[in-house]
Amino acid sequence: MSKRKVGAAHMPVGECITQVQEILRQRFCRQRVPDRPGGVEAQHKHLLGLLKRTAVHGESNSVLIVGPRGAGKTMLLKCVLRDLMEEKEVQKNLLQVHLNGLLQTDDRIALKEITRQLSLENVVGDKVFGSFSENLVFLLEALKKGDRSSSRPVLFVLDEFDLFAHHKNQTLLYNLFDVSQSAQTPIAVVGLTCRLDVLELLEKRVKSRFSHRQIHLLSSLTFPQYLERVQTQLSLPDDFPDENFAQNWNSSIKAVCEDKSVRDVLQRHFNSSKDHRTMNMLLMLCLSRVSVSKPTIKPADVLEASRMCFSDAKANMLHGLSILELCLIIAMKHLNDIYEGEPFNLQMVHNEFKKFLHRKSSSMYNFEQPVIMKAFEHLQQLELIRPVDGSSAKTQREYQLMRLMLDHSQIMEALQKYPQCPTDVKQWAMSAFG
Amino acid sequence: MKYFTRPKIRRVLQWRGEPISLNRRTKISEYESLVIRVEGLPRTTVINVGQHILIEGEDEENPYVAKVLRLFGDESGTQKKVTVQWYSMVSEVPLSKLKLLGREPHPQEIFYYQGPNCDDEVSAESILRPVKVKHLDGSAPFPDPGDPDSLYVKLSWDSKTFKVVDSALVNPDPAPASCPKPSLPPSPPCSPPAAAPASRGLARRALPTPDPSVMRRAALGEVRYSRASASAGKACYAAEAESLHSATKLSASKCLSAKRRNAMERTPGVRKKLELCSPEKKSMSHTDVLSQLLDEDLESEGMLAQHLSSSPPRTLSLGHRLTPLKKSRRASAAQDASPLKESTGMDSPPPSAAEDSSRELLDKSPQQGGLVEAGLPTSSVKTPRRRNATPRGKYATRGQKASTPSRQKGSKVLKEPALGALAEVDHEDSPMLPVTTPRSSKRKSARLVLSRIKVQLSLLENQQDRDSDSEEEDDFVPSKKELQSSSEEEEEGEEEAGLDSDEDVVVKKRRHASAGSRTPRSKQKTSTRTPRKTPNRKVTPSTPRTPHRATPSIPSRSRPARQPANVLEEARIRLHVSSVPESLPCREQEFQDIYSFVESKIIDGTGGCMYISGVPGTGKTATVHEVMRCLQHAADVDEIPPFHFIEINGMKMTDPHQAYVQILQKLTGQKATADHAAALLEKRFSNPAPKRESTVLLVDELDLLWTRKQNVMYNLFDWPTRRHARLVVLTIANTMDLPERIMINRVASRLGLTRMSFQPYSFKQLQQIITSRLNKVKAFEEDALQLVSRKVAALSGDARRCLDICRRATEICEHSASDPSATGLVGMGHVMDALNEMFSSAYITAIKCASVQEQIFLRAVIAEFRRLGLEEATFQQVKSRRTERRRRRSCRRSFLHESIDRLKFI
Repeated sequence: MSKRKVGAAHMPVGECITQVQEILRQRFCRQRVPDRPGGVEAQHKHLLGLLKRTAVHGESNSVLIVGPRGAGKTMLLKCVLRDLMEEKEVQKNLLQVHLNGLLQTDDRIALKEITRQLSLENVVGDKVFGSFSENLVFLLEALKKGDRSSSRPVLFVLDEFDLFAHHKNQTLLYNLFDVSQSAQTPIAVVGLTCRLDVLELLEKRVKSRFSHRQIHLLSSLTFPQYLERVQTQLSLPDDFPDENFAQNWNSSIKAVCEDKSVRDVLQRHFNSSKDHRTMNMLLMLCLSRVSVSKPTIKPADVLEASRMCFSDAKANMLHGLSILELCLIIAMKHLNDIYEGEPFNLQMVHNEFKKFLHRKSSSMYNFEQPVIMKAFEHLQQLELIRPVDGSSAKTQREYQLMRLMLDHSQIMEALQKYPQCPTDVKQWAMSAFG
Repeated sequence: MKYFTRPKIRRVLQWRGEPISLNRRTKISEYESLVIRVEGLPRTTVINVGQHILIEGEDEENPYVAKVLRLFGDESGTQKKVTVQWYSMVSEVPLSKLKLLGREPHPQEIFYYQGPNCDDEVSAESILRPVKVKHLDGSAPFPDPGDPDSLYVKLSWDSKTFKVVDSALVNPDPAPASCPKPSLPPSPPCSPPAAAPASRGLARRALPTPDPSVMRRAALGEVRYSRASASAGKACYAAEAESLHSATKLSASKCLSAKRRNAMERTPGVRKKLELCSPEKKSMSHTDVLSQLLDEDLESEGMLAQHLSSSPPRTLSLGHRLTPLKKSRRASAAQDASPLKESTGMDSPPPSAAEDSSRELLDKSPQQGGLVEAGLPTSSVKTPRRRNATPRGKYATRGQKASTPSRQKGSKVLKEPALGALAEVDHEDSPMLPVTTPRSSKRKSARLVLSRIKVQLSLLENQQDRDSDSEEEDDFVPSKKELQSSSEEEEEGEEEAGLDSDEDVVVKKRRHASAGSRTPRSKQKTSTRTPRKTPNRKVTPSTPRTPHRATPSIPSRSRPARQPANVLEEARIRLHVSSVPESLPCREQEFQDIYSFVESKIIDGTGGCMYISGVPGTGKTATVHEVMRCLQHAADVDEIPPFHFIEINGMKMTDPHQAYVQILQKLTGQKATADHAAALLEKRFSNPAPKRESTVLLVDELDLLWTRKQNVMYNLFDWPTRRHARLVVLTIANTMDLPERIMINRVASRLGLTRMSFQPYSFKQLQQIITSRLNKVKAFEEDALQLVSRKVAALSGDARRCLDICRRATEICEHSASDPSATGLVGMGHVMDALNEMFSSAYITAIKCASVQEQIFLRAVIAEFRRLGLEEATFQQVKSRRTERRRRRSCRRSFLHESIDRLKFI
């Protein structure tokens, strides 16, 4: 990273901070593939062996990497590919095709993308010529012409594999797996998915052609390991230019990790999810609070970051509502209580609101019907309420059935924090009967 | 190129002139020409025998091309028929075979059709118009832009391979009989036509005597020997077929071929030996002189022989032709005086004129047999023939080095003309030997193959109509003409036998004497030729690339694939589903059924449908492919008529209607839209065509061809029922009751009741499959195999699964190989691991590994289920159960929902 010599013992604090930010941000944003895959060595070995056999021996293979989001599927694959490419024999041979189920939403696009990435002969510049069926025939013909020993192996990486299973007839998957099961160009199909039941999504013919190799990435991380990982993620490497600064930083990190409150926060995070991404998000928020004037991470930073992470977006949205809108929300809450979650319409809400006004006999909140209508529509825009699926658009807006998308607790929480909330409104919200 | 057919107006056909012959029994009279007059137009068209014509084809854009052999009609004149020799347009050659050509076919190129299954009698009504057909020399480029109305013939097509075609076969109406005369050598052998065969009869006698030197040469790997003997066999076939003169001809042909063999043997063998013993080079001029001297000597010997024989001049021609031509071309070149030699040097192949005349004779007086015509043509024809034959064999060897056998054929056929031209050039400007090169023993096998093919071809030819027979055959059966050399010369041959063998010895001695002179020549020749050939070889196999037709291919790897290093790797390769096993065990019955079904349909020339069902991985497609391989092989050795095999797969097309496009493309190479393709196919299968091969169509994954109106399936099953379609349709799908379930009645009815169902493999069969695949590679313990097969058989009976598990087990075994207790064999433990990996669900581990939050959520879900008694719950309900936690991570939603799904199953 830094080209500076290790000998330069002293650097200005500002520069050190810049360095720290750079190093750690790269780490958290996963711009750099880690040197060794943490915790998934067995899977790494398996996958590496498999792809190597395709590249070197020309053996066709298919494999699925299954694991929850943030479990490190892509990281594992990237590690394997990097290690694979270090071998000269592989480097020259392997062709790679990367597809993503979110980008290639149907087989037509996927085929064009494959053709483009393989740069077959019907590609001119960046454009692929020919119709869908022509492309398919062309690609299959191309793959058919190869054989085990003479043609270059092709590696197909299908990210979001489960989405490919929703394509019509699963044509692409069938053909890829069929090629991998017949004496044609050697290919390796690697699918990445977070769905455990992905095999059930496959059609029986496709399923039969799939080799049924699955690599599961399920982290059985314990809390001490989690803590350790937090620490290593925050620590500076040994080759940091300013040794003193690095030592101070690392010791401060260690101190933070041993802090009781920080441990509690981390435990809470650990309980909610073990994946790397949420952890990195938390650490990133901590890191962004480091500045020249405050060159270390303090336990308070971690707490604040955690608070930000756990903050509820919807409850926050309630803070921005007008009193009228808030009143409508409260009316809806009461309706929900009375009718046990049955949908409501504007007229019902308005009635409920009028009841409240009647009781208070104050004209303070007396609004015209159109104004209330407008407020109601605003809530709908914010998606705090949503129309019931079945209701047709033909019905008048006043009578369209709606559902409240908020929870009781969220409303109460928001009310507590709402700046200068009128007491009567608060009381109304807390009262058991509308 | 488009051919515009005449507008459909009434045409009047009339014979011109008197019938040239009349068969009293059949009351058929033959005519020389036919006049076609269109009503209302003054212009008339005259069709003569020997002319090329266009005949109405399947559609207006693709007429057939043919050459008129006979024009005949019954007495009343109501029926006018034409016997034709067909030519194949490029579009008629199946696309798969077109590859054999090795180059882009010229749009105006046609092929001399020599295949079987060809009805060569057509009604004169179907004649469209005459057309110009030009024969082009093999290497000659197509004239550019060329005459748009004329077609070009370079090669012949016998439904399997392309061969060079003699211009003589193609060129129409040579001046009858008078034409070849001037081309005969005027000097020493001024006339006698029967001479050459006689002299050959002479030479042949030398063979039966077990000459030690001959034997030795044979041992040296003289490939010509085998070839010659093969052609002898061929000659035999021909002779048997010849009903008229069978007895005499049989012996004659045998003798002839023996003699040829003898003659051939001499040259290369000696040369080779000489090469071995005397490597020093001498000047070219020296060589020339020497060889000339030698030739003169030989000639004088011929003279000597002449004196002894009854007909002196004939033997002379023997000496002249047999010896100098084959042994030292130099001599023949030196004898420039003979126009025959001049013609060799010229552009068109030499035998054209002479041979044409011979055919003319044949055509006109078939009854007269081989009396008159035999000698004359053979003498002139023979020379180029042999030359042709030689490079063919040579190139076959080269082709053999190429990777695929089909390519081998193609390259062989292609390079042949090029070499022919080359040889001629050689002949013209330098005294080098054009063809006879020292042969390496490597060529032997290639030659054997070639000769075998030829034997078969000649056999085929003989089964055909007599008329076309004489013409077609002489293209590649050189002995045929010789066969017709009349038996009268045989006696002479016998008389001269002794003498000939004497001569033989003398010649050999001479050779020894001129050893030094020969060697350099041959060497020089090879060196000069190589550079010329190389560009040819490079250019032909690679098809010229146009922007419109990109070749689909994956770039080839820069480093070769590594070979398996140990037993486990070897086993893994064998166990891969893609490796094609030598045989398919456990499917013998099904194989037999499908084989006999398809075979009978092909042999009968009828059509039919078959429906094959079975769960995935039970070997349906593999069995059908195996059947096709066997049938293709049978067709190659001519046990059954040739056929097309086309395969489409419902999964490999984007839309059911694409099926038409793919079938059409694989059948004819045309590209069309789905609708147009359907129309073309409809036309093709419903109209009769004279030379149609049976088509076997495999439709894989039939259920995907379902459309609302089911017209694709309807057509697929309707075509085989047409009278002229000759279409066999094999369909494959998974479900047994597919016809009943998804097909409407008229489709199901056309599919018929020929059904077959592949049962899932039992554990014994699976075990047998693995064992046969491993084929004595000892990598598995017996128990382990049994475990795998029992497990898979219990679950699905899917052979693919079984093989995949075995493959995985070898990997696990390999990884654990460092363990000292491992035996190196795949044991129970490894197999169990693999099974667990593939069959066990990961849900338990997944839930174990989930975070506390997620686990609590799951518990809440279960609690909610218990409370409701329903296995469905909304998120709100579940959430209310979770008192301690409120938040749910949206990014986890899909994963959690999976867990919910899973819980439903529990």
